[in-house]
Amino acid sequence: MKTAVIQFPGSNCDADALHAARLTLDPDAQFVWHTEAGLPEGTELVFLPGGFSYGDHLRSGAIAARSPIMAAVKEHAERGGFVLGVCNGFQVLTESGLLPGALSRNRDLHFHCAPVHLRVENHQTAFTGAYEANQVLEIPIAHGEGNYYADPETIARLEAEGRVVFRYMDNPNGSLNDIAGIINEDGNVLGMMPHPERAVELLLGSEDGLGMFESLKVGVVK
Amino acid sequence: MPTFNAKVFVTLKPSILDPQGRTVERALSHLDHANVAGVRVGKYIELTLSGERAEVEAQLADIVENVLSNPVMENARWELEEAREVAGA
Repeated sequence: MKTAVIQFPGSNCDADALHAARLTLDPDAQFVWHTEAGLPEGTELVFLPGGFSYGDHLRSGAIAARSPIMAAVKEHAERGGFVLGVCNGFQVLTESGLLPGALSRNRDLHFHCAPVHLRVENHQTAFTGAYEANQVLEIPIAHGEGNYYADPETIARLEAEGRVVFRYMDNPNGSLNDIAGIINEDGNVLGMMPHPERAVELLLGSEDGLGMFESLKVGVVK
Repeated sequence: MPTFNAKVFVTLKPSILDPQGRTVERALSHLDHANVAGVRVGKYIELTLSGERAEVEAQLADIVENVLSNPVMENARWELEEAREVAGA
């Protein structure tokens, strides 16, 4: 699956994302700088990596969401192309309107960097088809602003439509309904705070993130 | 062309948990200001814009609503006043 990893000033999980993508999806996966107007021809997956784009100034993800490449990412998403936003990438997706809600400061104001346990709430998406229903994954988090918020109508809708894809077993940041990851209405844009790209080799402590990339490679929704 | 100074105030919506405000409130209580409540921490942003007032107002409203604040979790208001000519400038 031809993959483009977008780099913003301050992205710091870009190399991890590229490594995971090359290992699992596309040996020729490449970086795309945020000032580019377009994606490489034939791009199937856009990976918005974690980090601190623009130093989290103004709001995390806000300035990156308005950078030139994001117009192309939106067009890609509208055409049905896959977009995966991890951590700061998730913040960029909410700020750009590709996913609903917002991510604010962790409830305890602490930066949390630790492996956490997630439950796969919806294994019938293109991102999670390789997982079992309710499978529990161990995947690391590393964020200060991962407290997911949306108005009650939006939360109810996400829940009713099975769009809460991952839920924390032990909520580290105060997210409503323990939400760790959500998907858009069409099922091709997924945002999550935990880092699956940092859990693709046992050397890293866990292989539980591999399922996400294996699901995308197959690209079949159960 | 006139120049305007804008002051933009961004605060979290009342329904959103404000951990910074809560931490400051707790600290004030520890410093014997136990009667202080409702502390909220927000952002204050200054801008200078040039142009005709009506256009500048519309532009500022757009900037405030679409860039400087996130309407999902924040409220924003702004004040705009014409900058005085600086003597000798």
